Amino acid sequence: VLEERKDAAETEHASGGGHATGHPSPKEYVRIGLILGVLTAIEVAVAYTDIPHAILIPTLFLLAIVKFALVVLWFMHLKFDDRRYGRFFVIGLSGAAILYLVVLISLRTFG
Amino acid sequence: MADVAVARAGEHPETTTGLPHTKLAMWLFLASECLLFGALISTYVLYRGRSVEGPFPHDVFDIPYTSVSAFVLLASSLTMVLALSSAQQGDKGRTRLWLLATALLGMVFVGGQVYEFTVFYNEGLKLSGNLFGTTFYVLTGFHGVHVTVGILMLLSLAGLSYAERLPADPSFPIEMVGLYWHFVDIVWIVIFTVVYLVPTPNPGPPGA
Repeated sequence: VLEERKDAAETEHASGGGHATGHPSPKEYVRIGLILGVLTAIEVAVAYTDIPHAILIPTLFLLAIVKFALVVLWFMHLKFDDRRYGRFFVIGLSGAAILYLVVLISLRTFG
Repeated sequence: MADVAVARAGEHPETTTGLPHTKLAMWLFLASECLLFGALISTYVLYRGRSVEGPFPHDVFDIPYTSVSAFVLLASSLTMVLALSSAQQGDKGRTRLWLLATALLGMVFVGGQVYEFTVFYNEGLKLSGNLFGTTFYVLTGFHGVHVTVGILMLLSLAGLSYAERLPADPSFPIEMVGLYWHFVDIVWIVIFTVVYLVPTPNPGPPGA
C-alpha cells in the first residue's frame, strides 16, 4: 500500500503536484467577473422589490450561493486543482454550519 | 542547488502527499477561517431583530453605498486572478500592475468601511449600544481587518517584485496570497447578503 501511495504521489508530483494546471484564460476570468457583477446588481435590485419575504430571502441566498461558488471554483481554482484542497475547505464550511446549529440550539434552549 | 532548480521549474519539493504543503496549509488555514467567520455570522444572525432599542439596521444602512463597496471588492478579486495569470505567463509588468490595482481596490473598500463606521457612529450606533451594534461592528470589523492584512500582503508582494526578490516563477506565492484574498471576498458575499440585503424583522421595542 505504501508503495502504491508513493507511486501515486510521484505521479502527482511529476504532473505538477496538484499545483494548478490548465487555469482559465484572462478572458474567462473577465467573463466570470462580469457575471459576478451582474449577479450583484440583480441581488441589489431584488432587495428593493416588494416581493414577499418567503420568496425574497431564498432568492437572495440562491444568488449569494452562485456568486460564492463562482469565486471558489474559478478564482480559487478548486474546479481545476486537486480535489483534496476542496475537501479541506468543505470540512471548514461544514464545521461553520455545525457551529451555527449548536449556537442556535443553545440559544433556543438557554436563552 | 536542488531547491533552486525546483524553484526555477515552478514546482515544489517532493512531499508525502504529492501536494505542496504550503498550499495545503493555506487551505487548512482557510478552513479554520470558515469557523471564525461562521461563528461571527451565526452570532449576528441569531441576534437579528433582538435589539430592544435603536438604532436599527434600517435606520443606518445605506444599501446603494454598500453595493458599490461590494462591487469594488468583487473587482479586486478579478484583478487578483489577472495578476496570477500574468505571473504564470511571465509578464512581470502586468503582474505588478494587477497586484497594485488589487491593493488599491482593497484600500478603497477599507476606506469606505471606515467612512461607513464613522457615519453609523455619528448616527448613534455604538459598539456596546445594542445587540445590533455589537454583532455588526464585530463581524464587519473582523472582515475589515482581514482585508487590511490582505492589502499588506499584496503590497509586500509588489515590493518584493520590484526588488527582484520573488522566485523566478512568482506564481506560487501570488497564488497563495490570491487564495486568501478570494476568501476575504467570499466572506463579504455572505456578509453583504445576510447583513445588508436580507430584511431584518426589527419590531423595535414591544408596543412601539
